[in-house]
Amino acid sequence: MPPPLPRRRLEKVAVNMTPMIDVVFQLMIFFMLTFNIIAPEGDFDVRMPLGKSSAEPPDDLQLPPIQVRLASDTEGTLAGISMNGEPVQDFGDLRQRVAGFVDVALESGASLADVELEIDCDYELNYINIIDAITAVSGRIEDGQLIEMVKKISFVPLKQQP
Amino acid sequence: MIRRSNGPAIVENDMTPMIDVTFQLITFFMFVLNFSEAEQDERIQLPSSQLAKPAEGVVEAPITMQLMANGGVLYAGEIIPVDEIGGSLQRERDIIVASDKDPKRATVIVRADGRANAGDVQRVIQICQELGFQQFALRALYKPD
Repeated sequence: MPPPLPRRRLEKVAVNMTPMIDVVFQLMIFFMLTFNIIAPEGDFDVRMPLGKSSAEPPDDLQLPPIQVRLASDTEGTLAGISMNGEPVQDFGDLRQRVAGFVDVALESGASLADVELEIDCDYELNYINIIDAITAVSGRIEDGQLIEMVKKISFVPLKQQP
Repeated sequence: MIRRSNGPAIVENDMTPMIDVTFQLITFFMFVLNFSEAEQDERIQLPSSQLAKPAEGVVEAPITMQLMANGGVLYAGEIIPVDEIGGSLQRERDIIVASDKDPKRATVIVRADGRANAGDVQRVIQICQELGFQQFALRALYKPD
């Protein structure tokens, strides 16, 4: 009978964690340095083929486009708003008037796709006012729900360039 | 009499929680890091809107026009006057046509500074229209009230 094998004591193998921790910290520093907080951006989708303007006579069944005029002073500040020739107080007022127009159009059997709006603005006007106007006419939020209004938005062709 | 040696005791720190937290942080940074936003430029302060819709899906053949407050168009790292942007857009159009795509279906993303002249933005759109582009996306910061 062979002699019993000597019992080997279990040895605790210590894995060297230092390189892994080094790499992990390098990664973390990289991500922290390249991280920058960017506000989410969104789009207003506008389809504008060339040559489409209110100068063309509308079809019999087509609704005339809503004309929104944005006037500016020489500094580019908004000096006045009008809708179909009538003065409008501010963009909130514009939203209400457009909502009324859209409601009447829908009650008369038209669809949202039939409602068009043209923005006519001065060359010097600050672009922020265009976005404010588009925001006012393209929809409204009621009880947390977006109610779409005008989908077809276009610009009146430029008349003058400085 | 046997005396025990009173040598320095080795204190082993448990590194597991620290490594766990570190991996969590790395995972967080990897998720929030967005390389697709590289087109954004700090020189342009976009106007904000609560109705600007984040782009759904992939925009077909996007061309980004970045209009600065002083009227220049930031394109391919250069500032180009509005009236001279036609040449660059023509090249973009040629590339789109060469890749069997229709310029009418391409989307021109307009990232204009809120202080830029509305007329300059319209001029850029007009030049794009003359080259056959029809789809435009006016970009704004999404800020819910």
